[in-house]
Amino acid sequence: MDEAGNPGRETHQKEPLAAFSGGGNLGDQVFRVLTAFFAALAVLVLAAMALQMFRAALPSLKQFGWKFLSSTDWDPVLDSYGALPYIFGTVASSILALLVALPVALGTAIYLAELAPLWVRRPLGILVELLAAIPSVIYGLWGIFVMSPWLRDSVQPLLQKIFGWTPFFKGVPRGFGMMAGCLVLAIMILPTIASVSRDVLLAVPNSIREGALALGATRWEMVRKAVLPCAKNGILGAVILGLGRALGETMAVTMVIGNRPDISWSLFSPGHSLASVIANEYAEASGDLYLSALTELGLILFGVTLLLNILARVLIWRVARGPAGARN
Amino acid sequence: MTTLRNALLAVLTCAATTVGSAQTISLQGAGATFPYPLYSKWMAEYQKIDPKVQINYQSIGSGGGIKQILERTVDFGATDAEMTAQERAKATATLHHLPMTLGAVVITYNVPGLASGLKLTQEAVAGIFLGQITTWNDPKLTAQNPGAKLPAAPITVAYRSDGSGTTAVFTEYLAKISPEWKTSVGAGKSVKFPIGLGGKGNEGVTGVVKSSPGAIGYVELAYAKQNQMAIASIRNQAGKFVAPSLEGVTAAAQGQKLPENLCLSLVDGPGVKTYPIAAFSYILVYQEQQDATKGKALVDFLWWAIHDGQKLGAALDYAPLPKDQVPAIEARLKLLTANGKPLLTKK
Amino acid sequence: MPGYFRRKTFDILARWGSLAMVMVALVPLVAVLGYLTYKGIGGISWAFFTQLPKPVGETGGGMANALSGSAILVGLAGLIGLPVGLLGAIYLAEYGDNAFGKGVRFCTDVMAGIPSITVGIFVYGLVVLRMRRFSALAGAVTLAILMLPIVMRTTEELLRLVPVTLREAGLALGLPKWRVILGVVLRTGASGIATGVMLAIARVAGETAPLLFTAFGSRFISLKLDQPMGSLPVQIYTYAVSPYEDWHRQAWAAALVLVLLVLALNLLARVITRQPGSGR
Repeated sequence: MDEAGNPGRETHQKEPLAAFSGGGNLGDQVFRVLTAFFAALAVLVLAAMALQMFRAALPSLKQFGWKFLSSTDWDPVLDSYGALPYIFGTVASSILALLVALPVALGTAIYLAELAPLWVRRPLGILVELLAAIPSVIYGLWGIFVMSPWLRDSVQPLLQKIFGWTPFFKGVPRGFGMMAGCLVLAIMILPTIASVSRDVLLAVPNSIREGALALGATRWEMVRKAVLPCAKNGILGAVILGLGRALGETMAVTMVIGNRPDISWSLFSPGHSLASVIANEYAEASGDLYLSALTELGLILFGVTLLLNILARVLIWRVARGPAGARN
Repeated sequence: MTTLRNALLAVLTCAATTVGSAQTISLQGAGATFPYPLYSKWMAEYQKIDPKVQINYQSIGSGGGIKQILERTVDFGATDAEMTAQERAKATATLHHLPMTLGAVVITYNVPGLASGLKLTQEAVAGIFLGQITTWNDPKLTAQNPGAKLPAAPITVAYRSDGSGTTAVFTEYLAKISPEWKTSVGAGKSVKFPIGLGGKGNEGVTGVVKSSPGAIGYVELAYAKQNQMAIASIRNQAGKFVAPSLEGVTAAAQGQKLPENLCLSLVDGPGVKTYPIAAFSYILVYQEQQDATKGKALVDFLWWAIHDGQKLGAALDYAPLPKDQVPAIEARLKLLTANGKPLLTKK
Repeated sequence: MPGYFRRKTFDILARWGSLAMVMVALVPLVAVLGYLTYKGIGGISWAFFTQLPKPVGETGGGMANALSGSAILVGLAGLIGLPVGLLGAIYLAEYGDNAFGKGVRFCTDVMAGIPSITVGIFVYGLVVLRMRRFSALAGAVTLAILMLPIVMRTTEELLRLVPVTLREAGLALGLPKWRVILGVVLRTGASGIATGVMLAIARVAGETAPLLFTAFGSRFISLKLDQPMGSLPVQIYTYAVSPYEDWHRQAWAAALVLVLLVLALNLLARVITRQPGSGR
């Protein structure tokens, strides 16, 4: 069994399985249709989700139109809603998280796939994947009681002392805020990016590595000049997958981000995100339009993550499929 | 497609109900976090009196309480703010507000070295929450607190991020004392605070204030007391600084007659002893209950709550309902019916 | 050869640099698990597992309601989600090398990346509003939907690893294909299926956000599926953002229990198949 995991799945035993599609008796027909029905359910659920959310968001869509995306007003008293601060909070925290997580995740992936001694690859790989298994709410708990106070008392005052002249570190160091939100997100998307990138790297055919080494490359040169260029698109896919994960992350973010729909340059200021405003207000939005606006936020989130995931999968599949057969 | 889905749902619901045992009557309630400490005490005590009644109350905020009772997803809702006309219009049947207890919204703060005794004028309260007073040593604060060592530290405002009756009461107060607040922010269950950090529920705001030095926020008295938080005295209409207490809250409600809908605003009331940010907390019930057994259990519980239950309030810093107001609530309980029959069997 | 020396230095730098990145990546794991153990271990007691929560602000009590609630929710979610996922996976593994199969595979992969909270919104409209109440059922449906992609893809992958010779042997004995699948492929791939199931359970056991407005919460141990139900993650959230010291203590304890459970399931799943799991 090889270690390729995800991306390699396409190439498993394609020919033999195709040969194994005989059998035309009634039992087979029924069984085939039955399983096909359940497989189709997944697609149906996805479609039903889109439809249901679109329907529920319709009043808000009609009322606000495109202005919903650009308005900063979120005022349940006057029944006027705009998504911009939430979109800003979501996008800003996710992109910052990506910037923080990317180097670490890539380093991890490269080490695990290419440079590490063979015997540590599996245990280390499992540890990194365990990081992904820890539930969001636990990161939130840890964020509230451990990370935020640490940021408030140690990190943020220091940053302010050094970089206080830039617009990014202005304001009061409170712990809770954009910085805490993006750090906790970075921790959460790191294992996703690392393990998918590792799988992508492993899917690069060994002949490419052997070729580079035969030309006298060091291992690092082999990685940088031969393996990475091959895996480029797949890694991009992994990054987009991580971004999608960050955009939709809810609990950990809402527990530390400060829950205030502000648009500010400062990492110290509180923010809000699409997912966290839904978690905070969905069970209690009393107006129809209010609820509809919240659903529209959900729809935006759904649509964006859907597109990102489609893009990511296409990129990853392509790498995994590309030079098929050449790997062992 | 929809019929199929409905049929499926019906089957599931049916299966779901038969699984549950028939002996216990479970009542679901949701809403205000303001009276939650008291309600959870009541429900625990009431179960000792009538073990087969399980009352589950989830404190999701007054906005949520109103929404869920309108959707009929719960058996009773709870709110500290009277339903708005818009919300009333959505009710499919007669809904009653039943005052259950009296509480105070207090201003709690976390200033290292100042464990108690902060005095705030109306201007100071409005200034802080409008974001005009930004540091603890602002002259508007130091003038009233000559003895206190107020640091030059920035003020962090904490407010409710969810739809909240506590917010409704507090913003109603702010709108009453500050014309600027009234025009620029307004009053309601969730308003756009000009400044600050959001926390979910009274629990969340208390949590934010407790964990952030320099923070100030508004919460129900019980939350501040239970967590040994510093509480500010506020200058009332009569010009006296009053710390929130059972006495101050009772003074705000005493002697007033409940109006027809039983909803009475108590903010910024007259009187020397009156604490200015006091409020009734209401339970919302439909006049016509759909399930006679559950309706009966609910009415009995509410009857117990407005009588024996009131004694449990003081320990948790909720003031009892003034005696002369109880009969009006009793009368309302007697109106509750199931299938047209009154539910209350007591006299 | 100065060039060689430089290249060699870069090589060593890269090795150590990337090892350092792995260490950085593991810092949060160590920090979170360390703190959980440190803070949580003191809160774990007999009462924690057996008692109901005390009224707000009183110390003591436990999380029996949340523990039983989580067990019921996840169990029910499994009852709904696993059969669908498993049968779907069988299709994908055995018949799915066509356009339809590709489409389904693609959809499930995409579905795995959809934020859980949007699933909550969907179920709120679909079940909560129709049944007119928050219910364990709504929570379970939410979790079942979240399980679906994980079960389907993991199981499919592992069923594909069942050697084709086994199938051929079955067919050669004259068994119809569906009997071969049920009797031979599934039995041989049982460990793979167990892996998929365990990973899915581990994933949904910690879900919080969509339960806030589907299963809601309850402070009782309840078996009624049409009533709100408590769950461990939701209770951790409520307790964590509350101001009460005793609730914080219990939140840490509950978090420790939850993490141990989830990590144990993950490790077990990996031990069973010795196959690195999916990217998520």
